Amino acid sequence: MFIHKKLFIDNASISLTMQAQYIAFRRLCLSLSRLSALGTRKVSVEKMVFPGHITNFTNKLELKKPEENQAIPIYRVLDKEGVPVSEDVEPQLEKDYVLKAFRTMVLLNTMDRIMYESQRQGRISFYMTNYGEEACHIGSASALDKGDLIYGQYREAGVLLWRGLTLEEMMDQCYSNVGDCNKGRQMPVHYGSRELNFSTISSPLATQVPIAVGSAYSFKLARNGQVVACYFGEGAASEGDTFSGLNFAATLDCPIIFICRNNGYAISTPVHEQYRGDGVVARASALGMVGIRVDGNDLFAMYNATKAARQLCVSENRPVLIEAMTYRVGHHSTSDDSSAYRSIDEVSYWDKKDNPILRLRNYLFRQGWLNEESEKQMRTDCRKQVMGVFAQSEAKKKPNPALMFLDVYQQMPTRLKQQMNATKEHLARHGSNYPLSAYEKFDVSAF
Amino acid sequence: MSISRPVNVVQRALKICGAVQAAFCARRMSSQHFTYHPTEPMKDAGATEKMNLFQAVGNAMALTLENKPNSCVFGEDVGFGGVFRCSVGLRDKFGPSRVFNTPLSEQGIAGFAIGLASAGTIAIAEIQFADYIFPAFDQIVNEAAKFRYRSGSMFDCGRLTIRTPVGAVGHGGLYHSQSPEAFFAHAPGLKVVFPRGPIQAKGLLLSCVEEPDPCLFFEPKILYRLAQEDVPVGHYTIPLSKAEVLREGKDITLIAWGTQVHVLLDTAALAAEKLGVSCEVIDLRTILPWDEETVFDSVKKTGRCVIAHEAPLSSGFGAELAASIQENCFLNLEAPITRVAGHDTPFPHIYESFYLPDRFRCLDAIEKVINF
Ligand SMILES: Cc1ncc(C[n+]2csc(CCOP(=O)(O)OP(=O)(O)O)c2C)c(N)n1
Repeated sequence: MFIHKKLFIDNASISLTMQAQYIAFRRLCLSLSRLSALGTRKVSVEKMVFPGHITNFTNKLELKKPEENQAIPIYRVLDKEGVPVSEDVEPQLEKDYVLKAFRTMVLLNTMDRIMYESQRQGRISFYMTNYGEEACHIGSASALDKGDLIYGQYREAGVLLWRGLTLEEMMDQCYSNVGDCNKGRQMPVHYGSRELNFSTISSPLATQVPIAVGSAYSFKLARNGQVVACYFGEGAASEGDTFSGLNFAATLDCPIIFICRNNGYAISTPVHEQYRGDGVVARASALGMVGIRVDGNDLFAMYNATKAARQLCVSENRPVLIEAMTYRVGHHSTSDDSSAYRSIDEVSYWDKKDNPILRLRNYLFRQGWLNEESEKQMRTDCRKQVMGVFAQSEAKKKPNPALMFLDVYQQMPTRLKQQMNATKEHLARHGSNYPLSAYEKFDVSAF
Repeated sequence: MSISRPVNVVQRALKICGAVQAAFCARRMSSQHFTYHPTEPMKDAGATEKMNLFQAVGNAMALTLENKPNSCVFGEDVGFGGVFRCSVGLRDKFGPSRVFNTPLSEQGIAGFAIGLASAGTIAIAEIQFADYIFPAFDQIVNEAAKFRYRSGSMFDCGRLTIRTPVGAVGHGGLYHSQSPEAFFAHAPGLKVVFPRGPIQAKGLLLSCVEEPDPCLFFEPKILYRLAQEDVPVGHYTIPLSKAEVLREGKDITLIAWGTQVHVLLDTAALAAEKLGVSCEVIDLRTILPWDEETVFDSVKKTGRCVIAHEAPLSSGFGAELAASIQENCFLNLEAPITRVAGHDTPFPHIYESFYLPDRFRCLDAIEKVINF
């Protein structure tokens, strides 16, 4: 055991109580160590003397082996057939919510299929699917408040769909057209939305983790009652930024929920080459943080865990780490062929036998909230909706090329203005060598 | 008062701090390679107080904490006052939730600071030595610098300032002496600022804090105690991206920033005395985006230019200046632009006096440029 938190808190009264406890404790330690100095040979009674540690001494030489610990269990509400695992945990969620969650999962899956194909045909440059992780996204996102700020990695499109990012906004981003929120500057799937409190995705892995913690600290200072949620993969969890972020969150008492999507692979690297411990959640207690491992293919389990985590965050300013166990059913990205490093059988098990969408579908059928016909209708509607937007997004022009120079700083520096004007002049003379027709007019008048 | 610092702990911490300070200041006098040239007192800035550079920095932070309730100061050992005393008294005055220690992780500090800034808090982060900023390089270059651009201005971290002690200190060896500004000068989106004394440090730091872009603020640590000036006690700012002509001259333009400005002021006096050469001395102050106009105007007038910096020669920021001056002042140049810099070696311990671009190396360069 160790003093795991509240070294710095802004609530003076709590701080004083803690201080009194600490001083009393130091006194106890001192008197105990004096006792032993007087010749009392009770080594096992002697207590902590090292700063910040409360523990006993032992005279037993014992190397701690992690495999002697029980692996942390996986919290689950529905089994993989969609049947509640016990009567006590019967999901209490309303029909409307569950149907909406299911529809969002289907919509995400439909968009993924179409955008993936679109990349295969060379219509967009890159894409990453969310196959197999749909419940993890929707379950967690739906337990958050609209005002909570979210940071993602890149495989969290379902979170955005749930929040209300429209298909049009997502496809415009993937097409880098005039509707792209990032003004055509980032690769596809790097979504973001100020309005929906979803911080724009960036490619460097795990950088968002300490950043999210800073935002959570800012929320704590503002006492706005909101939390931050931060998603990352189990591969990204090996980055130094993840350790730093988790440790900062714990020591600075930040209201943040970390959601690790443990989908078994980081590109080609399986988890046994990623870590040797009990996954990612085992690291929580080492850092003095609350943690839970959840079946990420179970919408209800994800919902419940995130809801409870949020409650704890808000009431106690404590960070929580959720490890969502799932499986990356798709290739890593459109630049990856995963058959080079894993078996088709393995993938097909997770796609057909333990799939989050199928699991929820079975639940809905059992409840009588969905049937063959209404499901078919829903899937047709989703497809129609995606195809309609897809055609529109593809037809839109790319943005004004002068936007390349904007937003580097809030005000454009002189040198950058010169580079922009030089580009304009260059294009006036050599424009025929460039794909100008696909773009809006090169216009510097606005800035 | 937080439980982490009962009285005896504070005393111990002060002792440790004393040791750290002693390590960096004891041999100051013997190793100092320049005379400090105080900045002219500011006009119309109201009441002043004698402050050295660390006090001026602390004063700027105190004013920020006072005037902006949504501001924070943090980093390694910042809570008890910082190993260079820059944040002395701030935690007691503004509370441990706004002035606090972080765990020992530079990438964590930088990332955390970006997140604070992005969510609306004014973040003043400290990296204990510029030599240890490299673990945060990714956060600074890939995240802070690109935050606004990549999101189409939906998100930004303009409320972020990272301060860090920089430069030679007499005996800092490889990892307490570096000047890494050129690494950051290659990162569009950042502002990189470098004061030469207390009055400047306060005004420029307050500008950084109020700027809508993320700023890196390099504090020449050799000046922390040594440089004393009458610093206005009230709020004032000094604009970024504006160089300052400190000494007017007609024969040659000398450009530097930070401590090196004082070396060049020494050199200019020597050049007048020994060579009869009239030097114009420019303090660049902001490395990125830098003030081209002031520099070009000066070189067009003098026709000659020497640039000096402590950082290694190759790909140092002098290279950027030299190339730009050559391109913009070609017809006015009477001699090649010359750079006097640290050598292309790591920063050595006992060889420091041979490593630095001191006044004698600078004077020698001036002589060669004048006689070209
Ligand atoms: C700092 C950094 N290193 C490497 C990469 C290249 N890269 C992109 S995704 C990825 C694997 C990430 O795996 P994981 O975090 O498990 O997420 P998943 O793709 O499984 O959802 C790698 C190595 C990167 N984007 N950033």
